[in-house]
Amino acid sequence: MRSEVDVVVIGAGPAGMAAAVAAAGAGAGVVVLDEQVEPGGQIYRAIESVERNRPADLSFLGDAYVHGSTVAGAFRAVRTDYRPASTVWQVGDLGKGKRRDVVYSRNGAAETLSVKHLVIATGALERPVPIPGWTLPGVMTVGAVQSALKTSGIYPTGNLVLAGSGPLMLQLAVQLITAHVPIAAIVDTTPPGGLSRAFFHLPRALAAGETLLKGWRMLRTVNRSGVPIYRGASHLQAHGSKQTRGEKVTSLSFRSQGTDYAIDADVVALHEGVTPNTQLTRLLQAEHRWDDRQRCFHPLTNQWGETSEPGVYVAGDGGGIAGSLAAERSGMITGLAVAQSLGLLAEAARDFISEEQRMRRFIDLSIRPFLDSYYPAPNWIGKVGDDVILCRCEEVTAGQLRAAMAHGCSGPNQAKSFLRCGMGACQGRMCAASVTEVMAATSGATPDAVGSFRIRPPIKPVTLAEVAALEQGVL
Amino acid sequence: MFQRLPNLIRKPISFSFEGQEIEALEGDTLASALLAVGVSSLRDAPVSGTARAPYCMIGVCFECSVEIDGVSHQQACLIPVCQDMDVRRQQAEKEAGDALGG
Repeated sequence: MRSEVDVVVIGAGPAGMAAAVAAAGAGAGVVVLDEQVEPGGQIYRAIESVERNRPADLSFLGDAYVHGSTVAGAFRAVRTDYRPASTVWQVGDLGKGKRRDVVYSRNGAAETLSVKHLVIATGALERPVPIPGWTLPGVMTVGAVQSALKTSGIYPTGNLVLAGSGPLMLQLAVQLITAHVPIAAIVDTTPPGGLSRAFFHLPRALAAGETLLKGWRMLRTVNRSGVPIYRGASHLQAHGSKQTRGEKVTSLSFRSQGTDYAIDADVVALHEGVTPNTQLTRLLQAEHRWDDRQRCFHPLTNQWGETSEPGVYVAGDGGGIAGSLAAERSGMITGLAVAQSLGLLAEAARDFISEEQRMRRFIDLSIRPFLDSYYPAPNWIGKVGDDVILCRCEEVTAGQLRAAMAHGCSGPNQAKSFLRCGMGACQGRMCAASVTEVMAATSGATPDAVGSFRIRPPIKPVTLAEVAALEQGVL
Repeated sequence: MFQRLPNLIRKPISFSFEGQEIEALEGDTLASALLAVGVSSLRDAPVSGTARAPYCMIGVCFECSVEIDGVSHQQACLIPVCQDMDVRRQQAEKEAGDALGG
């Protein structure tokens, strides 16, 4: 089936919801496609059902999460064609200035939407943390633990170790402490000297004084909680042992302030910041640039969020990591721009309404330089040991990648044919960043020169039946 | 490995994993429901055969891929548990590998 739509928004997180609200509010026909069963994205995941079924849990999930209720409420209040549990797996380019075909599956059936304007609001994903042993069951991410807590109200038992650096890890620690969930240890990989490193950016960060104060209170909660904290940690390695069914993580070793440690662990939650999810913008071959401070690629966009591909917009963290509040503003700005180009809003009205959002976004963003230098992106991934797995799906190690380079493998895309690296079910989501880092560090080229995987459809697994049921010419 | 917070309102439902009946709560994702009853691994890596378990829980890593009612490559972290779902460890890649002679 193929139908024509003015606007398709992919992703129902803060940016996607706000974009839909702005565009639909101006009278545009908006279809919102989202992988999850309810709106919220990752940051506000399951907000509606937590409110309905587990309201007591809101007390430890915190105010930042509860704000999602307002955003989701506004989204529910406008008239959009919201299609949850929908997985987009192809966006076809039918030529310059033409409509684009968005192909997605829902309940095992594929459908094609022919769209004028596409808003990609697929947000961020946690940076993969390739350490020895990171494929062991029990090793997951901080976001994974938080997600399970939000969607299903489950928490890790036994020895839970949080290992890494960044605001999300701090937030999870506070949520767990508030919920009286024991944390065995926090292995903090933030390099020492955070305040002096970030001090230069403090004056600007003061514009977001409230956020800064919240962060300081969170740090205080963790420091006073009695949870052992190992600071300035490096050389993380997860170790496992054989269980009745396969292996499982049993300990984490690391170095902290000159001493080597090995601590018991039943669940290790890793975190080294978040990066834009560029799968769709890469699929569309929009231009991307490397951000040296956040150590990740992001699509280039103009002030309205439009990429180098006309009619394709990115709203929220998918365009560069700025946080959930800034994502909401950018969604609003993009939604207004889309409504204007559909002729539903005068240019002056668009500029006037978006100006307030821009001001607020400027304030939200004022803390980023401070945060990015307080919690610097990891600089060791390009130098990981030869035996460390980079591509979890095809089990390709850093050593294999370096050996392939010695044999003439010139870039990430050739690494696919040399090693099948990035060709498993996750389509490179778990190794693209590390492959670029390793290839840049090994060759001495810049990450921009190394580039990243060319992403090809389908970007998520589909059945042959779903492909066969499509009209000709879509793929 | 995981435990539930006190629950007051959510309805219990059941499904099967590898033929064994599993109790869950309505609204659980499949991956959470399995973690909550102590299932530590959902599939074997196709190359080395090592056990794998949910890593990202947001639909990115595919480590929680399972077979649901005969369809493989389903992301357990995104799919809500439904009554009487028949869930199996993912074998598709291994079977394909075996068919190609390993």
